[in-house]
Amino acid sequence: MLELFDINSFYGKAHILNDLSFNIAHGEVVALLGRNGAGKTTTMKSIMQMVRPATGSVTFAGQDISKWPTHKIAKSGIGYVPEERRIFSDLTIVENLEVGRQSPREGVPTWSFDDLFDLFPNLAERRNNRGRALSGGEQQMLTIARTLMGNPSLLLLDEPSEGIAPIIVEQMAKTILELKSQGLTVLISEQNLHFARIVADRAVIIESGTNRFDGNFADLDSDPETRDAYLSV
Amino acid sequence: MGPFIAQFLTGLANAAALFLVASGLSLIFGVTRIVNFAHGSFYMLGAFIGYTVMQLLPGAFGFWSSILVAGLAVGLIGVIVEMLVLRPIYRAPELFQLVATFGVILVIQDLALITWGAEDLLGPRAPGLKGVIRILGEPVPKYDLALIAITPFILFALWYLITKTRLGVLVRAATQDREMVAALGVNQSWLFTGVFFLGAMLAGLGGALQLPKGGADLLMDFNILASIFVVVVIGGMGSLPGAFIAAVLISVLNVFGVRYMPQSTLVLMYVVMAVVLIIKPYGLMGRKEVAGEHGQVGEPEQPFSPFGRRGRLIVAVLLIALATLPFLGSKFAMILAIDIIIVCLFAASLHFILSLGGLVSFGHAAFFGGGAYAAALMVHYAGSPMELAFVLAPIITGFLAIIIGWFCIRLTGVYFAMLTLAFSQLLWSLVFQWGEVTGGDDGMVSIWPSPWASDTTVFFYLTMIIGFGGILVLRHAAHSPFGYALRASRDSAGRAEATGINTKRVQFVAFTFAGAMAGLAGTLFVFSKGSIFPTELEIGKSFDALIMVFLGGVKTLAGPLVGASALSLMQDYLTRFEYWRLALGLLIIAVVIIAPEGIAGTSQKLAARWGIIRRDEVQ
Ligand SMILES: Nc1ncnc2c1ncn2[C@@H]1O[C@H](COP(=O)(O)OP(=O)(O)OP(=O)(O)O)[C@@H](O)[C@H]1O
Ligand SMILES: [Mg+2]
Repeated sequence: MLELFDINSFYGKAHILNDLSFNIAHGEVVALLGRNGAGKTTTMKSIMQMVRPATGSVTFAGQDISKWPTHKIAKSGIGYVPEERRIFSDLTIVENLEVGRQSPREGVPTWSFDDLFDLFPNLAERRNNRGRALSGGEQQMLTIARTLMGNPSLLLLDEPSEGIAPIIVEQMAKTILELKSQGLTVLISEQNLHFARIVADRAVIIESGTNRFDGNFADLDSDPETRDAYLSV
Repeated sequence: MGPFIAQFLTGLANAAALFLVASGLSLIFGVTRIVNFAHGSFYMLGAFIGYTVMQLLPGAFGFWSSILVAGLAVGLIGVIVEMLVLRPIYRAPELFQLVATFGVILVIQDLALITWGAEDLLGPRAPGLKGVIRILGEPVPKYDLALIAITPFILFALWYLITKTRLGVLVRAATQDREMVAALGVNQSWLFTGVFFLGAMLAGLGGALQLPKGGADLLMDFNILASIFVVVVIGGMGSLPGAFIAAVLISVLNVFGVRYMPQSTLVLMYVVMAVVLIIKPYGLMGRKEVAGEHGQVGEPEQPFSPFGRRGRLIVAVLLIALATLPFLGSKFAMILAIDIIIVCLFAASLHFILSLGGLVSFGHAAFFGGGAYAAALMVHYAGSPMELAFVLAPIITGFLAIIIGWFCIRLTGVYFAMLTLAFSQLLWSLVFQWGEVTGGDDGMVSIWPSPWASDTTVFFYLTMIIGFGGILVLRHAAHSPFGYALRASRDSAGRAEATGINTKRVQFVAFTFAGAMAGLAGTLFVFSKGSIFPTELEIGKSFDALIMVFLGGVKTLAGPLVGASALSLMQDYLTRFEYWRLALGLLIIAVVIIAPEGIAGTSQKLAARWGIIRRDEVQ
């Protein structure tokens, strides 16, 4: 479904992604693991072309999207949930969702305002509150809900568990599994191995922008050296 | 009581058009982050087009339809400008686009001149609303009352559009974080085009709506520009309710000002703006600007590096070539060269604070003109010799910069730009209206250099020494530890503070230094011309310097020099033609599109790519 091939991305002269390649199959949940600064966020932004890779290609649903503008990629069905959440703080919850709204897409679940308020009941109560009045957890839910309004077939979740209370993290895990059961493909970046294990089918570990491990969690457990070298457990 | 109420009503009526135009500017800025200098031109076009359509459509229905037609037509013109001129340069450095919009002003001025001629057009009266109504014995034009009645509908329509429609939601979202809006699948290009249509249309409507009150003329564009900037800033950039309150405030104050304190009218609105910004730095209803929140993705700054050996050689050769100019025997060429060197120093001083300090000043003319007037006053009243003036005038200008900087440095971004503009306007109106001392409009004359320097050739060399000396000092400052601290404060105030840099103080010192250097340029100027007029303090002078810096290239130290020389030469050459504004405007737009990093910036990039200079020599 999504294929990254030899991606090289830079910030100015700093070389962040180094010939990074990996794939995601349809319906899979893949965890992108790595330490702080490993390049997880940059990977997501490179997929969205918010950072333009200098070389390499990104293929989505059989199409090379590497030269597309960001909005076209979003329209083609990739939903991006940024690490910093970036909700529109002056807009109400409903208005935030409205920004993300896109027309229904064939073969993927379609989300309405009500569906999302069912999925995130906390948001329903506060639907006319402005973004800035929300707690961190609520903001995280809103940013996911806002992206779902675009009816994506592939969801990019950048560290959704970061800075959120354990109960909410649990809830988040359930939500992600539910999305998976509805047929969504998910790439989720994480530092929390425990959380990743619950939601993901497979792990891709990167360090210095290079793919160091690609396999299921059983393989990872049988290779503690790799695990300890690239993850802070 | 009667006159009081009548004037209040006139003020309210004037606010209608002002609010329309200002809200358009505010919308455009909010979403696209473009400071649209051409907004006054859209307003002017609205008036002219409205006038023409009114000739064709008779009656009350014709009158009001003409206003709508004018609005729509100007909206379409806005779309053309956005698509042809601005779209290619959205990724250019911040505020670069204002150069392009400045080019648009010039083009529209000449196109309007060609189409409608130079005569002022008297606006047609609104059918059915021709007379006056007496309120408490005072005559109030019926059309004023109609405008007052329309205003709530305009407000409601805009409010509905912005709060209740999807377009409005997207506009507000993009005002905050346009990159995120794109990541959610919204095509920014069309959003920007839509906003430009809307903003230009509002300006056009405003222009057509005021026809019965003010008619149409070719000075309308600049005349309203300052007022709408003031309104938008007082209200808070991007806030429509703020713009409305500010429009009413300014219009009403203006009417009362004309009546009770006629000598204050020029300054009144700037005083109000300065007071508001000092108390509420982001306007009445504005929000604090958070750096990077708008999701602008630009290339990271290339650090400046000192010239390599080859660079120095080139500069030395150029200077020697310039020094041989007097041997050509053309006095005209020498005078042109003197002018250019002076504007180079002026532009370089603005570049110092703008590029290294990240503080875009819209009022740098205050220091150029300030220095010139300081020198002129010393010579005129104290009989000071030229040599003393060259020492003291820049120091006085430095003190002026300390006073202005004390108020302005606490602000950033557009608010800083606007407050500097306000102070320069204050100074201008002070000079303009304090005729007993400054000569007012007539300026000050007979400010000649000392006898030994009065020969053109000698003065040319003097200008070379002082002008390039000043530029050299600015360069040295840029590469000194102080220059590094200044750039650190610009790039990351937080981190700079953490390493022990007092960022505000660093910026304050830089602002003062840049002001003094502009004062030095002004001093050279007054002695080269022998006279000084308030025009040297005008907004236009500040804008010239901005255009020079951006045109040459913000990110290179050579930029301001290249830009100043290029613009001066273009102006010198083109002004001999009838439609020179059109030509100059098109030229500026072309340069901006072809060389989005400025002339110097883009040439250096190309030279580096072709291997003529080393990449790290790009400076
Ligand atoms: N805008 C930027 N400009 C320059 N360097 C950047 C920028 N953003 C990130 N970097 C650098 O790129 C590297 C990778 O950053 P990235 O954000 O992709 O890491 P990450 O794996 O997402 O880390 P984290 O777990 O902390 O979110 C880091 O070394 C970071 O300092
Ligand atoms: Mg990250």
